[in-house]
Amino acid sequence: MTGLTMLIPIALLLGLVGLAAFFWALGSGQFDDSDGAAARILIEDE
Amino acid sequence: MATQPLPSIDMEEPQAVTTSLFALPGIHCAGCIGKIENGLSHVPGIVAARVNLSAKRVSIQHDAMMAPPDIRSAISTLGFESEPLADPGIDVAAAENRALLRALAVAGFAAMNIMLLSVSIWSGAEGGTRQMFHWLSALIALPTVAYAGQPFFRSAWAALRQGRTNMDVPISIGVALTTGMSLYETITGGHHAWFDGAVMLLFFLLAGRVLDSMMRGRARAGVAALLKQTAPGAMILDKAGHSHWVAAAQLQPGMEMLVAAGERLAADGRVVAGESGLDIAFLTGESAPVRVRAGDMVQAGALNIDGPVHVVVTAAGADTVIADIARLMEQAGQGRSRYVQLADRAARLYAPCVHLLAALSFAGWMIAGAGVHQALLIAVAVLLITCPCALGLAVPAAQIVACGALMKRGVLVKDGSALERLAQVDEAVFDKTGTLTLGRPVPRDLDALSSEDRAIILALARGSRHPLSVALRTALEMQGVSAAMVEDVREVAGEGMSGRFGAEVVTLGRPSSLISLFDLATEYRRGDQSILLRFADALRPDAVDTLATLRNMEITTLIASGDRPEALADIARLTGTTAIGHLRPADKLALIERLKSSGHRIVMVGDGLNDGPALAAGHASMAPASASDASQLAADAVFLGDRLAPVAMTVRAARRTVAVVKQNFALAIGYNVLAVPLAIAGHVTPLVAAVAMSTSSLIVIANALRLKGAAK
Repeated sequence: MTGLTMLIPIALLLGLVGLAAFFWALGSGQFDDSDGAAARILIEDE
Repeated sequence: MATQPLPSIDMEEPQAVTTSLFALPGIHCAGCIGKIENGLSHVPGIVAARVNLSAKRVSIQHDAMMAPPDIRSAISTLGFESEPLADPGIDVAAAENRALLRALAVAGFAAMNIMLLSVSIWSGAEGGTRQMFHWLSALIALPTVAYAGQPFFRSAWAALRQGRTNMDVPISIGVALTTGMSLYETITGGHHAWFDGAVMLLFFLLAGRVLDSMMRGRARAGVAALLKQTAPGAMILDKAGHSHWVAAAQLQPGMEMLVAAGERLAADGRVVAGESGLDIAFLTGESAPVRVRAGDMVQAGALNIDGPVHVVVTAAGADTVIADIARLMEQAGQGRSRYVQLADRAARLYAPCVHLLAALSFAGWMIAGAGVHQALLIAVAVLLITCPCALGLAVPAAQIVACGALMKRGVLVKDGSALERLAQVDEAVFDKTGTLTLGRPVPRDLDALSSEDRAIILALARGSRHPLSVALRTALEMQGVSAAMVEDVREVAGEGMSGRFGAEVVTLGRPSSLISLFDLATEYRRGDQSILLRFADALRPDAVDTLATLRNMEITTLIASGDRPEALADIARLTGTTAIGHLRPADKLALIERLKSSGHRIVMVGDGLNDGPALAAGHASMAPASASDASQLAADAVFLGDRLAPVAMTVRAARRTVAVVKQNFALAIGYNVLAVPLAIAGHVTPLVAAVAMSTSSLIVIANALRLKGAAK
C-alpha cells in the first residue's frame, strides 16, 4: 500500500514526460514531412 | 508545413529577407532534396532552402529584392520544374490536424492511466484504496475531458445554436453527464465511477477524427503540389525604359508588361509589340496555341509559348476574365454545401431517441420507487451505452479505408462527403478536350519515318518547350529512339528548330503551307525533302470502355464540350454517347442545372477552367490531374494518369463505401438493442460499459477494413 503512493506518482510523471515530449516534437514540426525525414538520412553531407 | 523553422543566418544580411514557397512536382528522393538544398544555398541572394518531400514543395528564404522568376530559373538550372505557390504559411488544415493530434495524445495518455486504476478497482480494490483510485482518476479525467473534448463541445454548440443537431450533440451530453455523475459518485464515496468510459470514448472518437483530417490533408497536399498560381506578378516597363518586378495585386490598367517565353500573363491586356503563340487551354480546353500579334486581346493566366511580347494591362485582379469565372464557380458551389452527410442525417434521428430513452428510464425508475440518485445513475449508464462511439466511427473508418485504397490507385478524394455524393450519381457529364481526350497533341504518323529521321527529330525537338516539340519528344522517347548527333541546334521564336546533321541542314518548324485551320502540324525538312508531321488530340486509351462500364452501372453518359459540333462527331459515334457542342462556361452550368432540376444527380467530369462552374454545380465532380487549377479545386476527386477508368472505379468504390457505412450503422444499432435493456435494467457497471464500448468499436473498424480492396 505504501509502495503505491510512490509508484503511482512515478508512473504518472513518466507518462507526462512522454506526453510532453510528443507535444514538443509536434510543435517543432517533426511530423510535417515524414517522407522527407526518411529520405534525408541518405543525403551525404558535403 | 510551411512553418518549418529555417536556420536563420540573416545577421550578415542587412537586407530584408522574405520566404517564398515553390511547388516541386518532380522531386521523389533524397538525391533531389540534397541537390536542391545544396544548389540553392550557393545562389547569391538565397539565404536558405528547405524541401518538404511529403508536400513536394520547397520553402526558400531569400533577399526581398529577388523576384520569383529569378528563383524559378535558379531551380530550373538545377534541373527541376517549379511553380511559385501563392500563400506561404497559411495552412489552416495542418493547424487543425495538429490540434486534433494533441487532443488525441492527451486522451490516449489519460485513458491508459485511468484504465490501469480501473482494472485494480474491478479486481477487487476496496474501501480507502478504491476511494483514492477514484480521486486519482478524477484528477486525470477532468482536465482531459476539458481539453480533449473541445472539438466535440465546440461542434455541438455550433450546431445547437443554429437549432440543428449532429453526432457531436449526444457525444457531448454523454461525456459531460458521465463525467459529472462520476465526480459526484467520487465525492460521495460511491462504488462506481465511469471516468474510464468517458475518456475512452473521447479517445476512440478522436482517433476517427484524426484519421479523417489526415486523409483530407494528404489529398489536399497532393492537389496543392499540382496547383500552379496563374502568375505571381509581371516585369513592368516604366516610362524611362527600365523594367522592374510588380506583384499581381499591384498591377494597374495602363501598365506595360514584358512577358517572356515560358511565362504566364498576370493580367488581361492588349498586345502592343511582339508576336507569339499563347496557350489558353486553361480557358478553352483547346490544346493548339493561339497566335497573337499587336492589337490582340490576351487573358490573364495564358502561357506565352515562343516569343517575348509587350502587353498593356487593360484589367487586373478582380476584373480579369479568370476572376469572373471564379465568381461564377463560387455561386455554383453553394448548393453543394447544403448537402447533409449521412452521419448527420443519422444523428438527427438517433440523438432524440437516445435522449428520450435516458429520460424515460429516469422517469421509470423514479415511478418504480428508486431514489433520485439511483435513477440518475441508470440514466447516465443508458447515455454512456448509447453514446454513439461505434456510430461516430462507423462513417469515418469506412471512408478513410476507401479513400486510402483509392489514393493507392491514383485517385485523390477531397473528403468523405464527396464519396457519399459520388455513390448517389445517376448521370455522368463529360467534357471532351482534356477529359475524354488526353488534351495534348500526339503525333500521328511517326511510323512512316525512317529510324534515322526519328533520331534527328528527337535531337531537334528536345531543345524546345513548344507543345508540339514536347509531344514529339515524349512519343519518340517512348518508342525508345535515341537522339542523333545534330550540331548547331538553335530555336528561332515563332519559326522552329534548326540544326546540322552531318553536311545536311535539318529543321523542324511551322509548315510553309497551312493545311487546315484546325489541324496541328509541323514540317520536318532535311536537305531538300520535307515531311509534314501531323498531330491529333488522342482519345484516352480506355475512354470507350469506361463510358460503357458507367452505362452498365446504370449511369447515363453525356458529352458537353465547348468545341465545334463537327469535332465531336467521331467521339460521339465511338462512345455511343450524345454530344452537345458550342457550350460556353455559363451554358455548361445551365445544362447541369437543367439536368439537376429534372431530378438527376450529376457527376461532372471536366478539366478546363471553362468546366469550373459546371464542376462546382454538379452533385459530385471529378477532374484529371492535368486539369486547370480552378477545376482541381472545384472537383471532389482528382485522378492521376492517362486512363479514364478511375472515374468508374471511384463511383464503384463510393457505392461500396456507402454500403459498408450502412452495415456499420446496423451493427452499431444492433449492439445498442442488446446493451440498452441491460442499462435500463440497471445492470451496467463501468466494467460492462468499457467492454461493450471497445468491442462494438472494434467490430465496426474491422468491417470498415473490408473496403481495403474496394478500388478495383
